[in-house]
Amino acid sequence: MFVPCGDSVPDLSGCTLLMPAVSVGNVGQLAIDLIISTLNMCKIGYFYTDCLVPMVGNNPYATAEENSTELSINAEVYASPSKKLVALQLRSIFIKYKSKSFCEKLLSWVKSSNCAKVVVLSSSHSYHRNDLQLRSTPFRYLLTPSMQKSVQNKIQSLNWEEMEKSPCIPEIDDSEFCVRIPGGGITKTLYDEGCSKEIPMVILLKFVSEGDNIPDALGLVEYLNEWLQIIKPCLQCDDPSASALPWKMPSSWRLLFGSGLPPALF
Amino acid sequence: MRRAVEPQFGREGVRAVMAATFFGEVVRTPCRAGTEDEEEEEEEGRRETPEDGEVRQQLARKREVRLLRRQTKTTLEVSLLEKYPCSKFIIAIGNNAVAFLSSFIMNSGVWEEVGCAKLWNEWCRTVDTTHLSPTEAFCVFYHLKSNPSVVLCQCSCYVAEDQQYQWLEKVFGSCPRKNMQVTILTCRHVTDYKTSESTSSLHTPFLKALKTQNFREPPCCSLLEQPNIVHDLPAAVLSYCQVWKISAILYLCYTDVMKLDLITVEAFKPVLSSRSLKSLVKNIPQSTEILKKLMTTNEIQSNIYT
Repeated sequence: MFVPCGDSVPDLSGCTLLMPAVSVGNVGQLAIDLIISTLNMCKIGYFYTDCLVPMVGNNPYATAEENSTELSINAEVYASPSKKLVALQLRSIFIKYKSKSFCEKLLSWVKSSNCAKVVVLSSSHSYHRNDLQLRSTPFRYLLTPSMQKSVQNKIQSLNWEEMEKSPCIPEIDDSEFCVRIPGGGITKTLYDEGCSKEIPMVILLKFVSEGDNIPDALGLVEYLNEWLQIIKPCLQCDDPSASALPWKMPSSWRLLFGSGLPPALF
Repeated sequence: MRRAVEPQFGREGVRAVMAATFFGEVVRTPCRAGTEDEEEEEEEGRRETPEDGEVRQQLARKREVRLLRRQTKTTLEVSLLEKYPCSKFIIAIGNNAVAFLSSFIMNSGVWEEVGCAKLWNEWCRTVDTTHLSPTEAFCVFYHLKSNPSVVLCQCSCYVAEDQQYQWLEKVFGSCPRKNMQVTILTCRHVTDYKTSESTSSLHTPFLKALKTQNFREPPCCSLLEQPNIVHDLPAAVLSYCQVWKISAILYLCYTDVMKLDLITVEAFKPVLSSRSLKSLVKNIPQSTEILKKLMTTNEIQSNIYT
């Protein structure tokens, strides 16, 4: 359930909700971290649930000593009111058998908050690609039928690739075709529920492998930005030394692969 | 760099990603996002028979957290803190934290047992979940007879992730009390601590703290820096307090000795100067003696020949 930070429930009607699926390479979550950090979004509440493994830590987006001691939990909601953007960040995995329940509770909250649309950032195992997919862009999208026509038109004008259908049961030759998102966590469930509950939803995903997935996350936010224009693209190409990455990495992205090494190792 | 190779069915019959490392050996690469379970779950959902559902329900019942009063052998009908409202709730999770509270806090005053959380999971040593003997009691709640608004919990068992929210519900209930201060004590292995220097160069044990928004006092040690995080029951309790605006602090002792250890227990001593515990501390030299006795008893018990 949504629990606001303050005393009153913020009005989310007409906002775009961005959220990750906990998926291969944690790409969706990394992408949401980039968005929250770059836009300096403020925390407006918690999505308190018994479906996610508990975790706590200090403010992952701290920029100074003063704001480093705010406690963060496993599911939090951030907002950028000027851009009518709301971001839900999920920081831990689902407790066994609870993912479906989470999807139901989440979409129920989405409906009751009157969000204009939901954008799910996700990823899928790159080793599952077929030959055609190997040769094309690694980004894919999916829209639920109730997604507004204007968004459908805009996405078509961007020449994006829609996620292809594949055999439901690959081992059977004449199997039916359906959308499969291996490694996508709850992405498929969210998409199916979004279709059946008539929720305007866009899924954006990238084919990735586990490893250092920061470049994948940067790719995914750039892909999202092509459509939503969250931040203005960097147009200063005349200065080659200027950073082409306008996305700000949060301070918590330190030591992603563990502590320093003992000198005696060498 | 790892190269992904054709996925195969592993021993468990689950699709596993196999990868060849630089040296050519083939290893299973687990997905960090924990999504392999999801696919297994989906497939299981489609194939689940009524018998499977029954087995799953039986397992869920076995793993249920029950709160009871051992003296009367009755289950508590409401949450513990609804029945015993408190202004101070102190909880020790893990054997070193439990030993600290036993020696330094529970050595003075009369502490009356008000409840006990009974649970079973794969980490439990006892097989019999219906009859808990005093030495087997895992999660015991006490209040101070002279001041019943002080409630203390000694939790020596591991509460699994599917039981943590149940535990919270049974103890805290669904109506959070804001005018209460919660103190949590626990230990983690120092290898869990992320730092730019090597963990082998750190002076263990050391104390770190995490506090909720509503906790106003200065903590007794430095705060846990990002990117460090906390999991399990301490995280569940602290999350609950943060969300429901309860004043709470977690004192985390990073140690390289997870079994009962004198130096690790004594590392919690700075916490004795906190507002929550100051008034409960009476005789530190006596506490140190009690602690030493606890260590000796434990060493005798842990003889591998008995």
